[in-house]
Amino acid sequence: MTAATVEVTARGQPSGSGAPVTNRGALAARQFSFWYGEKQALFDIDLDMRSSAITALIGPSGCGKSTFLRSINRMHDLLPGTRHEGQILLDDADVYRPEVDATALRRRVGMVFQRWNCFPKSIYDNVAYGPRINASLPRHELDWIVESSLRRAALWDEVKDRLRQTALGLSGGQQQRLCIARTLANDPEVLLLDEPASALDPIATQKIEELLYELKRELTVVIVTHNLQQAARASDYTAFFYMGRLIEVGPTDRMFTAPQEERTNSYITGRFG
Amino acid sequence: MTGAAVSSEQAGSPRERPTTPSGADALGPKRLGARIQGAVIGDRIYSAAITLFALCVPALLILVAVEIFLGGWPALRRFGFSFLTSSAWDPVNGVFGAAPAIYGTLVSSAIALAIATPLAIGVALFLSEFAPQWLRQPVAFLVDLLAAVPSVVYGLWGVFVLLPVLRITVMPFLRDTLHLGVLPFFSGPAYGPSMLAAGLILSIMVLPYISSVSREVLLAVPRSQREAALALGATKWETIWGAVLPYAKSGIIGGVILGLGRALGETMAVTMLIGNRPQISASLFAPGYTMASLIANEFAEASGDLHLSALMAVGFVLFVITLIVNAIARWLVWQVSRAGGEKTA
Repeated sequence: MTAATVEVTARGQPSGSGAPVTNRGALAARQFSFWYGEKQALFDIDLDMRSSAITALIGPSGCGKSTFLRSINRMHDLLPGTRHEGQILLDDADVYRPEVDATALRRRVGMVFQRWNCFPKSIYDNVAYGPRINASLPRHELDWIVESSLRRAALWDEVKDRLRQTALGLSGGQQQRLCIARTLANDPEVLLLDEPASALDPIATQKIEELLYELKRELTVVIVTHNLQQAARASDYTAFFYMGRLIEVGPTDRMFTAPQEERTNSYITGRFG
Repeated sequence: MTGAAVSSEQAGSPRERPTTPSGADALGPKRLGARIQGAVIGDRIYSAAITLFALCVPALLILVAVEIFLGGWPALRRFGFSFLTSSAWDPVNGVFGAAPAIYGTLVSSAIALAIATPLAIGVALFLSEFAPQWLRQPVAFLVDLLAAVPSVVYGLWGVFVLLPVLRITVMPFLRDTLHLGVLPFFSGPAYGPSMLAAGLILSIMVLPYISSVSREVLLAVPRSQREAALALGATKWETIWGAVLPYAKSGIIGGVILGLGRALGETMAVTMLIGNRPQISASLFAPGYTMASLIANEFAEASGDLHLSALMAVGFVLFVITLIVNAIARWLVWQVSRAGGEKTA
């Protein structure tokens, strides 16, 4: 394990500050490549995603950032004809080891999607979905999980009087925060977000960003976004993907003020994408 | 930086804008006006024609209902409410009660749905979720083909294959080996022609309707719903049970109702298998009658006006029952989709 850590630093990831690599929920990709059938979508990605920080993945459409995000919690497993090489390390252990149960992995690595996808059930049942399938808990414990998850997602005050009503009656921003609460109910170590605010208005977007800022204290947050301002505002590290390759990664303020790669500079100044 | 991206998007639209004014110039304002007027008249004629066609369908339905009702009115007036409750069906003495036929229609359809619904949902789930890709189309095609078999062919198959199997193997097995004979439903002699046989053949006939609707509905469940469950750590089965099926529930109920409609009205195959005896028996092994087979059997040789009128009245009752079933079905689908879709307490 120490050897791996040494190798990481040796490979020269732009490290920013010397944060510890072994925090709970720390993620890293090592020489990770991915194929949809014959088409290679990701090429030798090496990327550290620190715990207690928000890493933003940016890049033009089709650059592989969503593919990479979905590789982390193995959402591709059910797609026929996909394969990968290399490793994705969660707490220094490869998530693609054969003995890893993908469903258990997805409980540790929660995911929120671009389009909020609440179940057509009550607010309570949405949040309780994960805990219910993963363990049979006594009623009061489930109540507690639901309440604390909704509180962590900054939604409790808005919905506490209508937990039994259907989730689909909520506004888009509320539904997206409900999806985050539903993910938090599994008590994950990592939160992956695939353009969580791209279909939301600015106010709702701001709420999500504030929420992420709170959540990063206890979670590793990785967010895919098309919105460069959002990446600049809300993330600690930014990784720029282009055509399936990781072009550059670094602390967000440096990436947006002094990018080292010409292509990064072109993208963030709006010359393409 | 995003500002740059936005302005490049806006740059696209002015390029398209000039086409509209220049197109109008080419026509000239006068001809454009004439064209618009022509289009308005055309629209009116078109919408009037379409409205007429659309109104024809409900008008026809009402006409049929009125016609059947008037035909059945003499019998309904003569026997009153007892037409629905009496078991006496005696053309010789001119006494008619439709209760056995009503009972038979409802029970045979209920048996059909009880057997076909779980099977059909299973088939649909297999075809939409589990079957390997190369197997899906052929199997789906074969299941759909069940709906294309003429009902008299089902009847023939029932007479020569299903009835002997039921009489010799299934009925004795249910009654004696499993000791279900203690229940009234599985008691009595095993003739063959029976409510059970009719229900079974109906279940085969309605299965393709339920399964193909269910399959379409399951395939239409958005990927985001499956992903939501998977991302929360659900297994494939938990995903189907907890996210896919609930989402598809109202559509599947719709499919079941479609099957029920088919089962209620099915005539030929049922007539050949149910035994055609106007009696109400708790045992599914006993022969029975349905409204549709009663009409089909007796209409050609109806003796006298009252007999004919009684048959028309049976037709009217069948019509009303079908309407009620459909209304209940609509209400059910609406309830289910409302529970998921909008605000409920």
